Amino acid sequence: MHMRILLSMSAVLMLVFLAAISGHAQEPIKIGAIFSVTGGASFLGEPEKNTVLMLKEQINKAGGINGRPVEVIIEDSKSDESAAVLAAKKLIERDKVVAIIGPSTTGESMAVLKIATNAQVPLVSVAAGAGITQPVEDRYWIFKTAQYDTSAVEAIYTYAKKQGITTIGIITVTSGFGDAGRKALQEMAPKFGISIVADERYGPKDADMTTQLTKIKASGAKAVINWSIGPGQVVVAKNWTALKMGIPLYQSHGWGSKKNIELAGKAAEGVIAPLSRLVVWDKLPDKHPQKASLKKYSQEYESRFKGEPGAFGGYAFDALMLVVEASRKAGADRKNIRDYIENNIKKWSAMSGVFTMSPKDHCGLDKDAFEMVVVKNGDWQILK
Amino acid sequence: MLTVFLQFLFSGLTVGSVYALVGMGFNIIYNATSIINLAQGEFVVIGGLLMWFFLESCKLPFLLAVALTILSAGLVALIMERLTIRPLKTNDLLIMIMVTVAVAIVMRGLLMFKFGKEPYSFAAFTEGDPLVIGGAVIQLQTLWVLGITGTCILALYAFFNLTIAGKAMRACSFDPTAASLVGIPVSRMIMFSFILSAMVGAIGGIAITPISLMEYDKGPMLAVKGFCAAMMGGLGRGRGAVVGGLTIGVLESMTAGYIHSGLKDAVALLILLSILFFRPAGLFGNAAMQRLKGH
Repeated sequence: MHMRILLSMSAVLMLVFLAAISGHAQEPIKIGAIFSVTGGASFLGEPEKNTVLMLKEQINKAGGINGRPVEVIIEDSKSDESAAVLAAKKLIERDKVVAIIGPSTTGESMAVLKIATNAQVPLVSVAAGAGITQPVEDRYWIFKTAQYDTSAVEAIYTYAKKQGITTIGIITVTSGFGDAGRKALQEMAPKFGISIVADERYGPKDADMTTQLTKIKASGAKAVINWSIGPGQVVVAKNWTALKMGIPLYQSHGWGSKKNIELAGKAAEGVIAPLSRLVVWDKLPDKHPQKASLKKYSQEYESRFKGEPGAFGGYAFDALMLVVEASRKAGADRKNIRDYIENNIKKWSAMSGVFTMSPKDHCGLDKDAFEMVVVKNGDWQILK
Repeated sequence: MLTVFLQFLFSGLTVGSVYALVGMGFNIIYNATSIINLAQGEFVVIGGLLMWFFLESCKLPFLLAVALTILSAGLVALIMERLTIRPLKTNDLLIMIMVTVAVAIVMRGLLMFKFGKEPYSFAAFTEGDPLVIGGAVIQLQTLWVLGITGTCILALYAFFNLTIAGKAMRACSFDPTAASLVGIPVSRMIMFSFILSAMVGAIGGIAITPISLMEYDKGPMLAVKGFCAAMMGGLGRGRGAVVGGLTIGVLESMTAGYIHSGLKDAVALLILLSILFFRPAGLFGNAAMQRLKGH
C-alpha cells in the first residue's frame, strides 16, 4: 500500500518536474519589431513585415533558437514618430523583448533610440540615416542594417570620377530621404573633387520636374543625380528623356525596383544607380559569396507574397538574423546580444552586404555593399 | 534665354492643367449645393487607378476602358451621395463638408487595399516624341490634358447655361426651398451634381496619369491644389478654375526656375492668400453675388 502511494506520488512529481523542464525549454524568445506598416512609409514597412513573418516560421520549423521558439511581436508605427516611441515602450516594458528591430525610417529611429538606450535594449534599425549609429560612443545599444546614404553617394561619385565627370547637378525630393541624400551629396563632393553647380528640389507628389532639369542643363553640369523614392524618380527619368539632356542621369539606391523600369518604360534606359545586390542577384557571377542566400530569399519571398522584397525587405532580414545569430551563439540576453553583434559579427555575409561590426562601426557596411547598375533593354545590367 | 523661359512656361502649363481639371470638379458640386466636396481628389485617383485596371489588367480596348472608368466613378459618387450626404438631417454646410472628408479617408483606405501603395501608369494617349517649340519641349500628353480641360469647360458651360437640367441644378444652389417649390427635384439634382463632378474628376485622372503617375494617396495633394485653383478663379466659375489652375502652375514653375525650386509651393500659396485678402470672391467671382448666397 505504502509502496503504491509512494510510487504514484513520485510518478506525479516526475511528471510535474518534466512538465516544468519542457515548459521552460519551450518558453519563446521574444523579439520586438517596429515597422511603418501603414502610413506614408508603408512601402518600407510592408516588405519588412512580410520578411520577418516568413523568417520566423522558417526558424521555428527548423527547431527555433537552441530549442526555444522565436516569437516576433510586430508593432505598426503608422509612419509616425510618436507612435514608434509608444511601440518601443510597450515592447520593452510589457513584452520584455530581448531586442528590437526597426523602426523603418530614419526619423522614427532617431526618436526611439533614446528609449532603447535608457532601457539597455539592443536596437537594430532598418533605416539608412548616418545619425542612427553615429556618434558611435552615444549609440552603445544601437545598430543598423541599411547601408549609409553616404556609402551610396560614395559609390556614385567613385563611378562618376571614373567617367571623368567633375561637375554635377543634384535634384532631391523634399522628404527625409531627399534631405539626407542632399546633405550627403554636398558633404562628400569636395572629397572627390566634384563641384555641385545646381541644387534643385521638388515635392514628393509633383507631376513635372522639367523646370528643375532645364536649370541643371543650363548650369553646365555633366551629370544629374536624383535622390528620391516613389513616383518622383520615374517622373524625373521621363522628363530627363523628354528634354534629351545629353548628360547621364544617376539615381539613388531607392531606384532598385523593377516597377520603376516598368513605369518609366523607355525613359528608364541608361539610368545608372548604386543598388543593393538583392535587386540584381540573378546577374551576379555564380561564385559570388552572397548569391545563394540572395536567390533563396528572393524566390521564397516572391512565390509567397507575389512581389519583390526590394532592398527594404533585405534590411529587415539582416536585422532579425543578427539578433537570432547573437541569441543562438551568446544566449538570449539583452547584454549578450549587444556584445555579440558588436564584437563577433565579422565578414558576415547577408542580404545587404558583408557586415563587419566593431565598437567603432555599428553598421558594418561600406560602398562595396552596392553594385553600380544601369538599365538596359528593360533590365538591370551590372557595370564593371 | 527664351528657350529656358518657354520650357518653364510649358512645365507650368503641364502642372497647371492638372490643377485646373481638379478645380473644375469642385465647381460643379459647389454650383449645385454650395458644398465643397473634399473627396474630389479621390475621384481623380479613382479615375487613374481604374483606368489602369481596365486597360492593363483586364486588357480592354482604350475607349471601352475610358467609358467603364467614367461610369464606375459616377457610380461611386452616386453611392457616396445616397449613403452619406442625403441621410444627413441638417443643412449645415460645415457638417456636409466634414462628411466629404470622412468619405475621402474611407476611399483612400479602400484604394490602398485594392491597389496597394505603388504608383501606377499607362501609356500616353498618342505615341511619339515630345513637341519642340522654340527649343523647348512639351509632352504630347500635356496637349491632351489641355484639350480635354478645354472641352470639359465648354461642355459644362453649355450644360449649366443652355439645358433645363443644368439651370435647375444652379437653382438648387441659390435657394433649395424655392427650387423645390417650382417643382425641381432638389435631392435628385444634388445626386446628379455629385455624379457629374466625379466623372469630370475621373476624366482628369485618366488624362494626367501618364504624366504624373497615380498612387492611392495622391488625392489630398490634388484636392489642395485644385481647391486653390478654384478659389483663385472664384468658386463656381468654370473658366475661373482653368485660369486659376494655369496661373498657379506657371507661377510655381517660374518660381522654381528663376528663384528656387524649394520655394515654389510657398510662393503659389502666398499669391493665393493675397488674392483672398484683396479679392475674396476670386478673380472672376462676384462679391455681391456671394453675399446674396449668404456666405
